[in-house]
Amino acid sequence: MAEDGKLKRDKPWIMRTYSGHSTAAASNALYRTNLAKGQTGLSVAFDLPTQTGYDADDPLARGEVGKVGVPVSHIGDMRALFDGLPLDQMNTSMTINATAVWLLSLYVAAAEDQGVDPSVLRGTTQNDIIKEYLSRGTHIFPPAASMRLITDLITYTVKDVPKWNPINVCSYHLQEAGATPTQELAYALVTAIGVLDAVKATGRVPASEFGNVVGRMSFFVNAGIRFVEELCKMRAFVELWDRVTRERYGVTDPKQRRFRYGVQVNSLGLTEQQPENNVIRIVLEMLAVTLSKDARARAIQLPAWNEALGLPRPWDQQWSLRAQQILAYESDLLEYADLFKGSEVVEAQTQRLVESAWAEVQEVLKRGGAVEAVESGYIKQRLVESNAARLRAIESGDQVVVGVNKYVDGAPSPLTENLDEAILTIDPEVDAAQRAALVRWKEERDNAAVEQALAELQRVAKADENMMAPSIAAAHAGVTTGEWANTLRQVWGEYRAPTGVAGAIVKASGSGPAAETIARLRKRLAELEARMGRRAKLLVGKPGLDGHSNGAEQIAIKARDVGFDVVYEGIRVSPEQIVASALEEGVHLIGLSILSGSHLALVPEVVERLREAGLGDIPVVAGGIIPEVDAERLRRGGVAAVYTPKDFELDNIMSDLIDLVDRRHAAE
Amino acid sequence: MPPSDLPDDAARVLSADKAAVSRALNLVEDRRPEAQTAVTELLAALKDAPKAAGGHRVGLTGPPGVGKSTLTSALARSVRRGGRTVGVVAIDPSSIRSGGSLLGDRARMSFDPSDAGLFVRSLATAGEVGGLAYAANSAVRVLAAAYDMVVIETTGVGQSEIDIMHVADTVVLVVQPGSGDVLQFLKAGIMEIPDILVVNKADQDELAQRAVADLRGALQTARAVGATGGRDAGWEPPIVATSATKGTGIDELIAALDGHRKHLEATLATRRRQGEVQWALDLFTRKHGEHGLSTLGGAAQLQARAERDLDDGETPLSLCEHLSREYVAALGKTP
Repeated sequence: MAEDGKLKRDKPWIMRTYSGHSTAAASNALYRTNLAKGQTGLSVAFDLPTQTGYDADDPLARGEVGKVGVPVSHIGDMRALFDGLPLDQMNTSMTINATAVWLLSLYVAAAEDQGVDPSVLRGTTQNDIIKEYLSRGTHIFPPAASMRLITDLITYTVKDVPKWNPINVCSYHLQEAGATPTQELAYALVTAIGVLDAVKATGRVPASEFGNVVGRMSFFVNAGIRFVEELCKMRAFVELWDRVTRERYGVTDPKQRRFRYGVQVNSLGLTEQQPENNVIRIVLEMLAVTLSKDARARAIQLPAWNEALGLPRPWDQQWSLRAQQILAYESDLLEYADLFKGSEVVEAQTQRLVESAWAEVQEVLKRGGAVEAVESGYIKQRLVESNAARLRAIESGDQVVVGVNKYVDGAPSPLTENLDEAILTIDPEVDAAQRAALVRWKEERDNAAVEQALAELQRVAKADENMMAPSIAAAHAGVTTGEWANTLRQVWGEYRAPTGVAGAIVKASGSGPAAETIARLRKRLAELEARMGRRAKLLVGKPGLDGHSNGAEQIAIKARDVGFDVVYEGIRVSPEQIVASALEEGVHLIGLSILSGSHLALVPEVVERLREAGLGDIPVVAGGIIPEVDAERLRRGGVAAVYTPKDFELDNIMSDLIDLVDRRHAAE
Repeated sequence: MPPSDLPDDAARVLSADKAAVSRALNLVEDRRPEAQTAVTELLAALKDAPKAAGGHRVGLTGPPGVGKSTLTSALARSVRRGGRTVGVVAIDPSSIRSGGSLLGDRARMSFDPSDAGLFVRSLATAGEVGGLAYAANSAVRVLAAAYDMVVIETTGVGQSEIDIMHVADTVVLVVQPGSGDVLQFLKAGIMEIPDILVVNKADQDELAQRAVADLRGALQTARAVGATGGRDAGWEPPIVATSATKGTGIDELIAALDGHRKHLEATLATRRRQGEVQWALDLFTRKHGEHGLSTLGGAAQLQARAERDLDDGETPLSLCEHLSREYVAALGKTP
């Protein structure tokens, strides 16, 4: 077949790198280089203030500006981001959710400024706010308002920007939060069903055109290291989506029933120890989503080998892009039909996943659907339990992670010889520069037009009209991201999602060394309680805008299970709130979790404010993706201990925490 | 905390100094025998606080998942906006296996950290299976000395729905539409307890209306057999529909609370005293059962004794402790 050398090769998937940092201009330069290296699409990473609807000058944005992505505050930033990049020729994926309507409006307005008709734009807005409540944590508004924004964007693009993917239903972040393949399948499908049902309920799409909406649904999926099962998971997705679209929505056109998906392979399993091994993990995971022609990803972005250490540099990202290019252009993969059709093994595993996922879909629908199961905490609790089980398996060695719990000794890696230079650091001046630019922007624009645009935005938010039109008008008028979001906060309010930790049930370890360790820790806490008169109380806080709460959740659950009283406040709390809670709750110890890289701004601020409040004697520990040089600075500034992804043995952390409380009590 | 600090610290509690309130709460949570003198002294010093006498102690109970935390948060914010200060005691269950707990309430609340007139303390039930936390009663007394309104949010399971009666002036039972809880409450006799009923999550009109109607029916049934109005035959429990997430119905709830507080004016002191007597005896009975009661002379005699001792400055906890010691001593004498 392929030996004749004439067979037509399949078109490769779109190759992207999730990138953006510092400023719009710096990110624009990065995009140009990426495209020159052979990348075929753009994937914009926005910073956390932009994702959660704050301007750089908001107190909550402290330390976060330009960190995990690019700040886009207004149409001027959006123009600069795509300067010299003709938008009619780009395929742009934007990882944006709560503020997706706003960022798409800025994109459309910037295209209009370039003289491009919005109807030709191609790309994707992630726009899946449901999973934000479960995993990623950048939601702003209550579920009903979020669902309205999702459907407003969908009904707009299906009509006016027909080649746009208005939503990427994300199972990706569910796996990052611990989901098993069955859970990943089921919860992504119920989210898609919830969205389609909501679009239907708007009554804005005639029944005859509903197939167009279904046909534009796309998914954003994860691929982990068990790559055979992951390959079967993708085939199960194809089968289940075909079933849902046919049976629930009566779509007859097979093209509109196709399961279209993009991928970012697993970041959760990337290790800080022997980080070069991550390259092999990334390649294996990519195979899961490319080998099946009948279930192949349409777009892929790969993480970099050093993501567990800090932000990757351009060279690190280039290495991952090269992996894609070698598979697509050098290997013969794209010359063959589906490799697994008729394979009994693959087919049987696929069917097992189809059946278990379908049962869980029915369970959620029985509970009223995705939104209900988010609000009640049902889904979140299931995820927290799965993640706890996964971490326990790694800790006990039941799940092998090379370089972490097995084969840990090896020669030192030349790649990390100079560790502090093996990651990207963001210039701390970026924050101030963005704030200054914002002041200039507000001085130079027509503020009367801004007022008018915001008034119209508010009117529409209260009415039953699409939010896109007033948002595009606001983009042209020079409105900022913070102004757009604050206007809507006033109308709809904000939402704090269930944390899922309180009811999470972690299976007892039974007997053996793990159970003995737990018993020992519990005994120590009971003895400490007898001496102190009160049970040791731990405050787990997530300062800043970072919503990746898995680490904080697992620490909270583990601490409860060894016998701490644990106060967990959920995501996005300010240093002031953490100090107020520490004071009111009378805690013995504070643990802070930060994954966005803003630890140098936020942790010392908490420590300083504790001192000012007369609570300087409460030990503070910090956890997150914290490079050693930063950890040293934090320890010098009074932080008792710093934990990073390599500290996977939670029991050891717990033992340290008990020591800290014990020592402080002894000193009293 | 050395006892010599007490008067000063008690004075600072009265002026709602958060650090002092927090220290006082740490103290009343302290279970060490050597701390009990200080606890008794502190509570005695706070006993006649002007805020405590004039204030309002509100208990929120109801099954898990009805949105008690979100409702507590919405209620506290609205009461603050009206100018009154608020102290919250949020109770979560302790794990029987580990003794630890996850106190998740703050995650559902969004408060201004710089607000000096709002204080939230989470307590774990710590061994009081199904009941209120060990220190709940004392914690309420501390907060009542510092804040105008004290809200106690229970775990909503088992004994806590009864215990709350002994701590709160007004008991609010929270249910959600379409849950079938009402029938369970009727069966369990819980309809006798609440002074106010709240149907939360009343965003879905039809379901909420049906839940309100169900409750009204249940109340009528209960009234027919003389089992409503909790401890007060002259009070008809109002039913309020709220949506804590949308903030609707909160003003109505506050009005209902204020109405009940006003209704209590003349009998409040008695009601609080009865609650304390009952709590002390319940604690004792839970520990030592009917045999404990009869060994020390029977329920009626112990009740009279409790009233006297509480007048003399005992707290329910210290009283229970003394009774226990007497019981154990008596056991030693029995042949």
